Amino acid sequence: MKSIREINEKIKAGQAVVVTAEEVIELVDKKGARKAAEEVDVVTTGTFGPMCSSGAYFNIGHSKPRIKIGGGSCKLNDVPAYCGFAAVDIYLGATAIPDDDPRNKVFPGEFRYGGGHVIQELVAGKDVRLEASAHGTNCYPRRRLETYINIKDLNEAVLFNMRNCYQNYGVAVNLSDNMIYTYMGALKPSLGNANYCSAGQLSPLLKDPYYKTIGIGTRIFLGGGVGYVAWNGTQHNPGVKRRDNGTPVASAGTLAVIGDLKQMNPQWLVGTSMLGYGATLSVGIGIPIPVLGEEVIRHASVKDEDIYTQVIDYSHDYPGMTGRVIAEVNYAQLKSGRITVKGREVPAGNLSSYSRARQIAEELKSWIMEKDFLLTEAVAPLPGPESGYAFRPLKERPPVF
Amino acid sequence: MISKRIVLHFPHRLVDQPIIYKLVRDYNITFNILKASVTPQEEGLMVLELGGEDADFKKGMEYLKSCGVKVQPLSEDVVRNEAKCTDCGVCVPICPTGALEIDPITRKVSFYDTKCIACELCVKICPTKAMEVHL
Repeated sequence: MKSIREINEKIKAGQAVVVTAEEVIELVDKKGARKAAEEVDVVTTGTFGPMCSSGAYFNIGHSKPRIKIGGGSCKLNDVPAYCGFAAVDIYLGATAIPDDDPRNKVFPGEFRYGGGHVIQELVAGKDVRLEASAHGTNCYPRRRLETYINIKDLNEAVLFNMRNCYQNYGVAVNLSDNMIYTYMGALKPSLGNANYCSAGQLSPLLKDPYYKTIGIGTRIFLGGGVGYVAWNGTQHNPGVKRRDNGTPVASAGTLAVIGDLKQMNPQWLVGTSMLGYGATLSVGIGIPIPVLGEEVIRHASVKDEDIYTQVIDYSHDYPGMTGRVIAEVNYAQLKSGRITVKGREVPAGNLSSYSRARQIAEELKSWIMEKDFLLTEAVAPLPGPESGYAFRPLKERPPVF
Repeated sequence: MISKRIVLHFPHRLVDQPIIYKLVRDYNITFNILKASVTPQEEGLMVLELGGEDADFKKGMEYLKSCGVKVQPLSEDVVRNEAKCTDCGVCVPICPTGALEIDPITRKVSFYDTKCIACELCVKICPTKAMEVHL
């Protein structure tokens, strides 16, 4: 058994043994979990994919004379941002789109530019046009503001994502006779293709399935900079069915994450467009797992073929919330590019970039080995499978007149 | 023998002319239509695989150009912008001809323009708009 403090001492001394979530699989296969747990100090994970509940908040500084954007309205490169705060704090969501975007009026809409694209441009150091209007007060008399802003001049620019990093995700297929366009991509009719979205054996929460090391306060790789786990993500659902190796067979845990946008990199925060669906942001996240003992490394070394997920029909069952599952497949099958559903071979594609997930795990490994990144003790745990914490549907109560 | 995949742009005034018919009859060229569209009041566009003896092929191309048809190799049509591509691979099962592949080891996407028929499905669905049309 090791403690996080002991692991950090080894990192500072340049003696920590750090491996990626891929490398640990081979190591445990060769040496066994007990021996590997003695040798390895940290396992690094990674994931890179579209994460819609992402966004960033900014404090833009006070103009002369002052304007109270709070309670008014504002746009960044024509994309509306939320400003129901104090005078010059605004929050931009990844899926926001300009008011004059044609959306799905000509179906399927392209959604070429939205909040995620604005965030990527800001991070890339580009000037962004801010347009704000306000009601004007005695202390904040100005009513209109139009200016370019740049991330380097903002007081704060903070990425705050209320749900990222899903622990597993379903596979989308289409059983209908028509092409459909979903947040899981374009799905050809009659099981023409299957889209999935996970880094599988590299994905952070699949390598710590019971949240034994990842918790509130955990320091992470976020968008190319340093971030922290702020809370459990929205729709956190730890109680779903699990396999003997601890991995859930459907989407389960999620994370809310936060970090300084000024330190991040546009390579790891990429504006993304889903045809016929909307705009979003692809986010890169990497989480280190401290190898505190044999159990931790046994979980961290679970392979693609031992992680299963559910195949769901997005033409009927997903929109209708029927809960029907068509098949269960594992990530080795998905990564082969062909899965079998209802006796038919279906080509499979990933929305989440495995090569980028691998790059993130490597990058985080090098940060730790270069002593630039120390591990943290969680301040509080995330709600686990036994907590009773669950993701519930809306109980609609329409008003009666 | 020579066989090439090409893009033909027909200006508006040529849209009602039987140019491909003459290409076949007079120059002994075989063709396979990969894509064809006529935009009202604008132009016609055809993506073809053309084949024939070297001399016939050359003369056929000259005939097309003399009519005012713009001839462009297909490979110039669709381009993968490597700076924008994140190698997710969601385009791979969408491509009808296997021109997009993901390497089983590196998990990086490759685009083989010789297999591409310029249907542009990947251009529409690419989440980071990394597949571009250069006409």
